[in-house]
Amino acid sequence: MKLLIVDDSSVVRRAIQRHLETGRVTEVLEARNGLEAVSMFTMHRPDIVTMDITMPEMDGIRAVEELVKIRPDVRILIVSAMADKHTAIQAVRKGAKGFLLKPFNPTELNEAIEEILTDGH
Amino acid sequence: MNEGEIQAFVDITVNYFNQIGGEAARVEPPYMRKEGDSPIHDYTGVIGISGSRKGAIYFTATSQLLANVLTAHGESQVTEPMLADMVGEIANTISGNARFYFGHEFMISVPVVLLGRPSDIRLPDKIRSFVIPISWQGQKAHLLVCLEN
Repeated sequence: MKLLIVDDSSVVRRAIQRHLETGRVTEVLEARNGLEAVSMFTMHRPDIVTMDITMPEMDGIRAVEELVKIRPDVRILIVSAMADKHTAIQAVRKGAKGFLLKPFNPTELNEAIEEILTDGH
Repeated sequence: MNEGEIQAFVDITVNYFNQIGGEAARVEPPYMRKEGDSPIHDYTGVIGISGSRKGAIYFTATSQLLANVLTAHGESQVTEPMLADMVGEIANTISGNARFYFGHEFMISVPVVLLGRPSDIRLPDKIRSFVIPISWQGQKAHLLVCLEN
């Protein structure tokens, strides 16, 4: 299973990769903004995506819209610091399957990813 | 800014360091910034605020505090770009978390990172700025919040 991690912070991208415990993910891809995410998604067709919201070039909400156009059943977990309900609802309406608030700990990350993987099957 | 809004930033900051684990952060009483007297450390992350409120949020910290945060995140080697990345990410996280209190029209920019110690941080003259001093693992950081009423 391929995971695409989208975040403008390399520290966050590495932390997500390091904390990942599920044995189901065999390949990890990275993108630094929404534009790169769309490109990587088109090329590599990952099974699951973690998506930041506040990023340069293209933000995460817009990127979710684009990824859903490419593959409507894409499994996207928003991983963002945006702590308001409106943003979470908007992300889910656009097609995200879950929302994890930053700062997160490894347990919260793994539970959120596992939930999305389980919901998909 | 009112007392409740300043307290919101204190709570968010304390929660950030609690999530990292280990020692809890100590937050000293916030105070109003005087012009030309901004606490500035080695790295500073700046977030512009627009929408329902206008202004800026600065998180400034010593290299060692940021290195300790990176270590807590599991990084074994720390480089200057990683320290810059970390200070921007902390500024972004604190500002984004503030939307819980200020709502979705509290718009935050992507972080701009300043390296080194400029003589002062420029903030809008007509807006009162508050400084929140933070200590964590024996290191210093400050959060500067400058928001129009």
